[in-house]
Amino acid sequence: MKKHSNVAYQVMWNRLISVVEEQALALVRTAFSTSVREAGDLSAGLYNADGDMLAQAVTGTPGHVNAMAAAVKHFMRRIGVENMLEGDVYITNDPWEGTGHLHDLTVVSPSFFNGEFVGFFACTAHVVDIGGRGFGVDANSVYEEGLYIPIMKFIDAGVVNETLVNIVRGNVREPDQVVGDIYSLSTCNEVGHRRLVAMMEEFSLSDLGGISDFILENSRKATLERINALARGEATGHMRIDGYDEPVDLHVKISIEQDRIVCDWDGTSGISRKGINVPHIYTKAYACYALKCAIAPDIPNNAASLAPFEVSAPENSILNALHPAPVAIRHVIGHMLPDTVYDALDKLLPDLVPAEGAGSLCNFQISVRPGVDATEEEREGAIRAEVLVFNSGGSGARPGLDGMNATAFPSGVMTMPVEATEQVGPVIIWRKELRPDSGGAGRTRGGLGQYLDVGVTTGHEFDISAMFDRVDHPARGRRGGHNGGPTTIEQDDATAMKGKGRQFVPHGRFVRMALPGGAGYGSPADRDPALVRQDLAGGYISADEARQHYAMTDAEINAVLEKVRRGEPV
Amino acid sequence: MTSPGNRLGVDIGGTFTDIVLEAGDRLTSTKVLTTYSAPETAIIEGMHKVCAEAGVAPSSISQIIHGTTLATNALIERRGAKTALITTKGFRDVIEMRTESRFEQYDLNLRLPDPLLRREQRYVVDERIDARGGVLVPIDRSEVEKLADALADANYESIAVGLLHSYVNDSHERLIRDILAERLPDVMVSLSSEVSPQMREYERFNTTIANAYIKPLMKNYLRRLNGSLSKEGADCPVFLMHSGGGIISLESAAEFPVRLVESGPAGGAVFAASIAARHGLDKVLSFDMGGTTAKICLIKNSTPKTARVFEVARTYRFKKGSGMPISIPVIDMVEIGAGGGSLAHVDAMNQIRVGPESAGSEPGPACYGQGGDKPAVTDADLVLGKLDPDNFAGGSIALHPDASDKALVTHLGARLNMPALEAAWGLAEVVDENMANAARVHAVENGEDLSEYTMIAFGGAAPLHAARLCDKLGIDRCLIPEGAGVGSAIGFLRAPFSFEANRSVFMTIDDFNAPRVQSLFKDLNREAEAFVRNCDASSKISADHKVYMRYAGQGWEIPVDLTDAEVRNPDADVYLKRFEDEYAKLFGRSVDGMQAEITVWSVNAYTSPAPVEPVDAVKRGDSAPVIGARALFDPGLSDVVDATVVGRADMHPGVVAKGPCVITEDETTVVVPTNRGVTALADACLDLSLNTDGASS
Repeated sequence: MKKHSNVAYQVMWNRLISVVEEQALALVRTAFSTSVREAGDLSAGLYNADGDMLAQAVTGTPGHVNAMAAAVKHFMRRIGVENMLEGDVYITNDPWEGTGHLHDLTVVSPSFFNGEFVGFFACTAHVVDIGGRGFGVDANSVYEEGLYIPIMKFIDAGVVNETLVNIVRGNVREPDQVVGDIYSLSTCNEVGHRRLVAMMEEFSLSDLGGISDFILENSRKATLERINALARGEATGHMRIDGYDEPVDLHVKISIEQDRIVCDWDGTSGISRKGINVPHIYTKAYACYALKCAIAPDIPNNAASLAPFEVSAPENSILNALHPAPVAIRHVIGHMLPDTVYDALDKLLPDLVPAEGAGSLCNFQISVRPGVDATEEEREGAIRAEVLVFNSGGSGARPGLDGMNATAFPSGVMTMPVEATEQVGPVIIWRKELRPDSGGAGRTRGGLGQYLDVGVTTGHEFDISAMFDRVDHPARGRRGGHNGGPTTIEQDDATAMKGKGRQFVPHGRFVRMALPGGAGYGSPADRDPALVRQDLAGGYISADEARQHYAMTDAEINAVLEKVRRGEPV
Repeated sequence: MTSPGNRLGVDIGGTFTDIVLEAGDRLTSTKVLTTYSAPETAIIEGMHKVCAEAGVAPSSISQIIHGTTLATNALIERRGAKTALITTKGFRDVIEMRTESRFEQYDLNLRLPDPLLRREQRYVVDERIDARGGVLVPIDRSEVEKLADALADANYESIAVGLLHSYVNDSHERLIRDILAERLPDVMVSLSSEVSPQMREYERFNTTIANAYIKPLMKNYLRRLNGSLSKEGADCPVFLMHSGGGIISLESAAEFPVRLVESGPAGGAVFAASIAARHGLDKVLSFDMGGTTAKICLIKNSTPKTARVFEVARTYRFKKGSGMPISIPVIDMVEIGAGGGSLAHVDAMNQIRVGPESAGSEPGPACYGQGGDKPAVTDADLVLGKLDPDNFAGGSIALHPDASDKALVTHLGARLNMPALEAAWGLAEVVDENMANAARVHAVENGEDLSEYTMIAFGGAAPLHAARLCDKLGIDRCLIPEGAGVGSAIGFLRAPFSFEANRSVFMTIDDFNAPRVQSLFKDLNREAEAFVRNCDASSKISADHKVYMRYAGQGWEIPVDLTDAEVRNPDADVYLKRFEDEYAKLFGRSVDGMQAEITVWSVNAYTSPAPVEPVDAVKRGDSAPVIGARALFDPGLSDVVDATVVGRADMHPGVVAKGPCVITEDETTVVVPTNRGVTALADACLDLSLNTDGASS
């Protein structure tokens, strides 16, 4: 192999990161699934011939971080490297060997250069539908959650597996879009492959061995340097959340050791009857993401930078659910793991991590149909439609900064514009704005949750598949900070509703939701009075809250409100 | 454009105000320091300078074309007016909630950008229009009147009105304006249905607020400017460059100042487009590299590519999502933090990183000897032999190679075990690679293959990096025009009068309604042409028509250009076919069995540009006289080579120079590596091409 200069390797690493970003971009631009194109629920990566991940695109979801890193090895084991041919493309949606639920399709393509196998490209996307009961918590086992595609060839040396395409078409609600997405995934790997070939030609490489060693060695060193700079120690963390029909306890022990950090979920609740269970790979992803944010945020994800973070959970706990447990909305619990890790980490590394936040994304899916109770005239022109909506509560207060209002953490996905959602289906969003007083009081305040009122146009009724937590277990404050506001959900006539599950809403009614706020950090008595006045002026807190938690007097409150009336800055 | 006469192009930038006078076919230019408190002062000073040099009186100027960063800077620095928003009840926080996402995934201490208006400046009225334009909740006049009185008490100078779905039905917004006009006649009002009638409330509201926020400031400035110019004898019409690459009247600019954002860079792209036209190049990559950033733009058929939305005032390392969206027609440019002043460091992975932090002009790169101790791109360029330490900026700034060496070794070499030269090589390679990656991604997004492109490079630092960038992108040919330092101001003089009108109206191909399409285009034509006619009473006005289409269910529209015939006689099958072709071009294939839909309609009206005079071919002749020799590092060969030094003043048409060579001029240096040669063309552009034997790195 030609020996390359350090400068050449610098350029190649830089290039490979751009290659995977390009690969991901190709997927965003062509995908049909809302969750991919609007929310960024996808990922893309490049691997060496041993299946070690060299580069991964930074996308909207940390949930694929380790899952993607491990997936390629499953493909190598199942298919056998000796059976891999130029022009092959492989596929699976196995929750345990892919990224945690059937809705995520993972596609892997081997890369050949001058006829020699040199590595892989892989990508993952959340598709619109995978059959079964539809996206929601309600299944009793993974068999009810939809079509299962074991690791297999989607394209065999250039020939598409039409049998698989037919089976997919016959089993999903939106066959054109799902099959379209499978092709998008293959195309996205192809885009990455072409750029890789161009780079190998430019630098006269015959394989990825040299650049692979350079990337992995520098990443490993950088990660170990960060870990070994920390004081050794261990601490435990705990969080209790709603679960499905009984509360779930998440327990973690974090140990900072020489050359590694161990994260053990022993003591965590057992599996649930319904689809909130988490395959181990997804647990690893969110635990690892939390640790990386706190300890090595600037080191890119690859096999070597992820390896020192060791995550384990007992088999058949809710964080290591085995086949055939239902796992469709594993994100609801997965998204709570970072805050649980931070409960422990705060004891080891003070002044670093935030208070608890809303945690899981507040998603719901609406299935609209002509209303049975509507008059014939009202039903005129009524249609069926499926609308998936992503929304965020508030994030937890940071040691030096307030929490972020209506902003997702740990997920990084985006919400859709209300105007765009209303163009897609006969949905009306009557209200979508910040929820005052929902951010927990503290020296720094928790991020505000949001109010969300959702109905459908006249002539329709609907089912809402809710995927909310924090109804009974709001975000807890840290170091004297107060709790965030809990989730509430009801119909506009005050009919009670549940945080999770598919529920019917009759013609003429709409659903009122209050999404949870993040918790506060430190004692509210220590909050800068100028910030309290600004919070009151903007209505982030009410006069009552200012009086009760921040000891503002009526005179002070009135002075602020008078300034607002006169349009003067507070 | 009729009777050109003497024309003045004026570009107010962050540091300098560039002035270009075009008298006949002669260009005279100057740079004066921008005078922030009264920007017109610098313009007057510069105008007198160029007029004196060209020997013409200010009164002989028939047209002044002006572009400025003032609007952009007012948004970045939050120096706008006291502004309120009136919006639909339930949607007070749209501009604060943004997309509800974090633009940086791994930063626990992320700060989201502050919205332009604080929460207490955002007011609501109870009303609601649905996605089809139907009224769900009627607006109550007395509620608006009460609100108007409250706004009067609070002394707002400017009010933005943004209601849900007003792009399909603007009646509620108009009613609010009427009431505000009655009760607060002195307050400026901006309606979202006029400023940016496009779907997606966050972008539309933010754009409308930005317009309202800078309107008093810009209106004032433009009025003062007009007055000062007349007083100084230049009593001629003043036109403004807009972000879409055309010019509009002073009155339109004062009403819609948000359209002036990014007008300077747009001028640069128009400058490159005019050179492309002169040389008959149909695929051009314009590359503008200055002190802090590099800008890249695709130009096809002499027309810069445009977009409907862009982001301004990014607060976090130029990161997408860290600024605010502005949805107006804009020249589609990628801007990255890579310029002569960009600073380098080594990160935790032992990787060299460059930018976006910049040394600025104070203290400047280490080699300026003004106290800068971190290595900048200019330091690497000096150590690699691309710059002459004794003859930088026409000899006005002495450069200190020893300071560059020290900075490179201290901050890069010591960590990476590299001597100064190798560290400089690494730094230059990383910054060139960053620019190449940005260009590649931009090309991929647009379904373009850069190997078919010609580069046009301008801006102070571009000629130093253009050849290497071409090598990385597989581009054979690069043109380096004259006057590259004031490219934007020259571009202003080449821009047509133009205005692009956009509107969101949803229509699926299955529900295609030809009469509705005709009437939509007619309305948009009327709107766009009115703006152009306002500038030019007589010239013929042309119009380009475009629809944005996607498969129902997708979130990303792609532009589809339509011919005049397709606009006159709209046909569903034809529109579908045009979309599928475009889609296949971008993504490799179209998708069978999916419903397609049109989301945005667009008409760009413009006066025909002055006929292009093609550049005469030159006969390759003599070699340029060699005025010196210099050691130059050639990254293609990974080695130092002996380069000749040539003066640009000697590069008369037809004169050639062979790499390795450096061509020096006051403003910059053109670096010609071993694999390339240069020919001076008839219009004094330097043609920097791969050697015909095809020898490449």
